[in-house]
Amino acid sequence: MKHVDEYRDGVLTRALLSEIAATITQPWRIMEVCGGQTHAILKSGLDQLLPPQIELIHGPGCPVCVTPLELIDKAIALASRPDVIFVSYGDMLRVPGSERDLFSVRGAGGDVRIVYSPLDALRIARENPSKTVVFFAIGFETTAPANAMSVVQAKAQGIRNYAMLVSHVTVPPAICGIMESPDARVDGFLAAGHVCTVMGYWEYGPLAEKYRVPIVVTGFEPVDMVRGILRCVKQLEAGRAEVENAYERSVSYAGNRPAQAIISRVFEPTDRAWRGIGIIPLSGYRLRDEFAEYDAEQRFPEVQAIDTRESGLCISGQVLQGIKKPFQCPAFGGQCTPQSPLGATMVSSEGACAAYYRYGRYSASLTHPEITS
Amino acid sequence: MSNQTWPNFSGWTCPLPLRTYPTIVMGHGSGGKMMADLIQHLFAPLFANALLEQMGDSTVLEIATNGESPIRLAFTTDSFVVSPLIFPGGDIGELAVNGTVNDLAMRGARPLFLSAGFILEEGLSMDTLGQLAASAARACEVAGVQLVAGDTKVVNKGHGDGLYINTSGIGLVPPGVDIGPAHIRPGDSVIVSGTLGDHGMAIMSVREGLAFETQIKSDTAPLNGLVEAMLSASPGVHCLRDATRGGLAAVLNELAVASKLGIEFDERKVPVNPAVQSACEMLGLDPLYVANEGKLVAIASEAESDALLAAMRAHPNGTFAERIGQVVTDHPGLVVARTGIGGSRVVDLPAGELLPRIC
Repeated sequence: MKHVDEYRDGVLTRALLSEIAATITQPWRIMEVCGGQTHAILKSGLDQLLPPQIELIHGPGCPVCVTPLELIDKAIALASRPDVIFVSYGDMLRVPGSERDLFSVRGAGGDVRIVYSPLDALRIARENPSKTVVFFAIGFETTAPANAMSVVQAKAQGIRNYAMLVSHVTVPPAICGIMESPDARVDGFLAAGHVCTVMGYWEYGPLAEKYRVPIVVTGFEPVDMVRGILRCVKQLEAGRAEVENAYERSVSYAGNRPAQAIISRVFEPTDRAWRGIGIIPLSGYRLRDEFAEYDAEQRFPEVQAIDTRESGLCISGQVLQGIKKPFQCPAFGGQCTPQSPLGATMVSSEGACAAYYRYGRYSASLTHPEITS
Repeated sequence: MSNQTWPNFSGWTCPLPLRTYPTIVMGHGSGGKMMADLIQHLFAPLFANALLEQMGDSTVLEIATNGESPIRLAFTTDSFVVSPLIFPGGDIGELAVNGTVNDLAMRGARPLFLSAGFILEEGLSMDTLGQLAASAARACEVAGVQLVAGDTKVVNKGHGDGLYINTSGIGLVPPGVDIGPAHIRPGDSVIVSGTLGDHGMAIMSVREGLAFETQIKSDTAPLNGLVEAMLSASPGVHCLRDATRGGLAAVLNELAVASKLGIEFDERKVPVNPAVQSACEMLGLDPLYVANEGKLVAIASEAESDALLAAMRAHPNGTFAERIGQVVTDHPGLVVARTGIGGSRVVDLPAGELLPRIC
């Protein structure tokens, strides 16, 4: 397939891998921020082909994984209402709340629908004037512009029966959070190419400088990933800590200005809780007061009382932070599987544990035979 | 940002478990692990018997005869609940016939007789019903089977999706033909009969209103002709499965578990129609997990695989047949794919419903 095959080319990938091997002289820990990158690494088996000095740490960049329990419970409460049509991106349906997930709500008669775009949610609102359509607005800076657009359009078209349950998160504060942690052990970051397509990479300069850490904007195909890793390793070996763009075909320094404009028109920064992590200051978006009437939590104030907290034994927090690998969890693959996830990182197909479970069991079994037994 | 307070990262906590569902959810019908669990834990223990344990696409029944070798009949049933009723490349009528014909053919049986139950929803257009019934009749003719028993029920508006069809079928297993997972051997070749994921993506593109340069068409087709051609070309066919719900991944996993052997395949050799590949990329799906309605997976002796491939490619339903991998003694019960860049990964049984990834 054009525009994809050339970035999955085995010969080019292996050439770049050899260059990494020739460059590297010592161990480095590199975090890929985005869940999509974790998925790509394990799907292509790239992790097995890198020099052993490179330890990839899977970051907290999976929006499905980091959506806090409290918001899932709010979503479930809203979706259970007979006067609501609850609309969501696909993977969110499987994320467990305190007691059940959105699939169960649908099984019990709730009207829960999957869409690919919030504009489809708006169409559903137009077609169902007697119901309130609540869209679950999750994701990083990538999904924020389209979600913001749906609210702007709802307002412009006078659609009153539309509201969003907002759980947006942003990447730069998460990088700060990881680097501020006393356990911080990340030497370099691969920044998420899709997020930077929207936001550019001007935000990352101060972070690279403050934390003395290279940040390389990286794409999602094997060749893109290896290029990003190579440029990160080159910086680390040279003692540099700069922001670099290794995803030039999609990302510019300034990013997509109209998309940024619509984000700031509709949303403002707010503290956000991350599932398995806790509250990270100013790490998300909420609707501005001007659009408060489209805030599902305002529209249905009773859900504001929902304040569930996570508890349990799994180590997803440490996995998201890069302190532990999924297979170091005693529950991994046994008590905790994609069918019965114990933790956020096993829930989404982009979660580090799910990705390991699906794609990594074979390689893990070579060094950790207990996993597949 | 230096004046902000940061959360205590060393004390991160985890969400609560969700273990089982107290009600049926869509994932229970997906052809993945949830469905396997439902069958294994709820249904199988209640009806346990030696024949049910065959757990193949159809069950082979032996009927004793006076002194001669027993007659072997293959028997199966399948229900069809597809929406929309008419989709690019086919419709529910044709699908209902082909699905059962294929389940019989996968045991090497020659499909002979079908029954059909039509569950009609109040309000279904008579024209549509007529069209779908005619399509089923044509499919019977193409597959060379006769519909010999039927049933019709009507349910209230809102209690069905226009039309559901159940078909059951009986076929005759020719003397000397004996194929199933028990015959899988290390070193055997893994062959697919053509491009994968066409049916699932045809349905999804209609449901999601996606338009591609080339329209994706369902691959619904009867496979009994292809199977006959394969069996007469070579004695080396050890096992056959049609890769319906759950796609190639589900079938290979079932065979790896049933044979207690490993399966290894080269991702680059798996034939996928470019339009299907594009649609999957766009929706964040993996074609290995997407449903087919006219494709089979054959496990065959390595020595015979060239002859078998030639016979398959000479048949209209096997033009794009490919040898994609082999059966191995390593990693029993696991399916491993060799990736395009030379890595490897486990291809697991799908969990529940196929869900598009968010980014």
